[in-house]
Amino acid sequence: MADLHLPPTLPRIFPDLPRRLDVDAATVDEAIDRLEERWPGLRDRLCEPGPVLRRHINVFVEGERASLDTALEQGSRVDVVAAISGG
Amino acid sequence: MSRTMLLVGTRKGCFILESDGDRRDWSVRGPYCEGWPIYHAIHDVDTGTIYAAAASEWHGAGVWRSNDLGESWELSSEGLTHDGDGVKLSKVSGLTAAHGRLLAGAEAVGVFESRDQGVTWSLLSTLEGQPGSDTWNDPAAQPPGHLGVPAILPHPSEPSRMWAIVQGRGIFETTDDGRSWTPRNRGLRADWPLEDPEVGYCVHKLVMSPLDNDRMYQQNHVGMHRSDDAGHSWVEITDGLPTEFGFAAAAHPHDRESFYVIPLDPGHGRCMPDGHAAVWRTEDAGSSWRRLDAGLPHQDAYLGVLREGMAIDALDVPGLYFGTSTGQVFASADEGESWNEIASYLPAISSVEVAVVD
Repeated sequence: MADLHLPPTLPRIFPDLPRRLDVDAATVDEAIDRLEERWPGLRDRLCEPGPVLRRHINVFVEGERASLDTALEQGSRVDVVAAISGG
Repeated sequence: MSRTMLLVGTRKGCFILESDGDRRDWSVRGPYCEGWPIYHAIHDVDTGTIYAAAASEWHGAGVWRSNDLGESWELSSEGLTHDGDGVKLSKVSGLTAAHGRLLAGAEAVGVFESRDQGVTWSLLSTLEGQPGSDTWNDPAAQPPGHLGVPAILPHPSEPSRMWAIVQGRGIFETTDDGRSWTPRNRGLRADWPLEDPEVGYCVHKLVMSPLDNDRMYQQNHVGMHRSDDAGHSWVEITDGLPTEFGFAAAAHPHDRESFYVIPLDPGHGRCMPDGHAAVWRTEDAGSSWRRLDAGLPHQDAYLGVLREGMAIDALDVPGLYFGTSTGQVFASADEGESWNEIASYLPAISSVEVAVVD
């Protein structure tokens, strides 16, 4: 299980989505698949065709910048962060 | 008693302004759509659903919908994609509901449709094969921003017929539901070199008289124009206006000769000229223009109004409304003769549409 942390903008769109949850996934991409299964449409909020992460969405695994292909270990902390942008 | 609702799309969500049939006293509710930037919000009179086209820097483009006049909202982008060809969908903007479906214009160039009230979408056309289309997704050929379809005008009685604006290219008409298109820009002016005289025009807003579907008006980057043959040919009708530039336009619901525009300074400012707020009306199809400014600020009012920023209702004495890029909404209950400021501190406004509901 990976320890997944999500930005506050997502639970406002997807009812019952928590800010923090455990997911069983071997990569970041699979973790997003697990979210999509329970909250349809969520993948499109984080990824665009490619697929790649959206330009202003950053994912960190154990504090290191990650991509969709980044592998997850048991207990990996995964932070999904919306870029500090806008005004 | 009927309610008059203004759907106001802003950079920080959708707002709804409400009044009764008198359209004198207004209340404001919102922001809706979780504060996402809203480019165009509309009301579908057939289903009662409100739709709001949105694009978030973080979470991409989608269309919000509300089946209870704004009390609750859902977002969908399922099918809103240029899948497979490497072209990114960065924004969905112009919405229109007609003939049992919803149409949306998108950047990159695309016309999308939804036949299930905005739950899922499919790509109807990319206007492939039109003059210039081989380069309009080339990053080197892009204007500031991103080339797209900002607006679609459906024919009111012919479901397969519509007109689409492609930014910086012009108007294209289809009569077979998007399978083929024809440029409809003859008679338009361009103050820049054209490789192909059929395309290369900067059409900001296209409207049709509800009384005569052949009568169209457009606010262009360089002038006001009228068509009496459903866009097959255009004549310029700018004379009498303070500038040739503007974005918003509205057609009178009961008079085919009447039409409203909001001229703006064409430079970087793109505000009402001389700080004098005004809407301009023609009552003779563009032969002459009259300034309507009673109740609007006459000095120090550097207001901008965007493409979808003005709306008119279809009541016996039509109400006219516009929203500004500095967050004010002005309303007239007497077809533009006098005005009141009915909201003052909204976020920058992208669109204003009006709905009269029971």
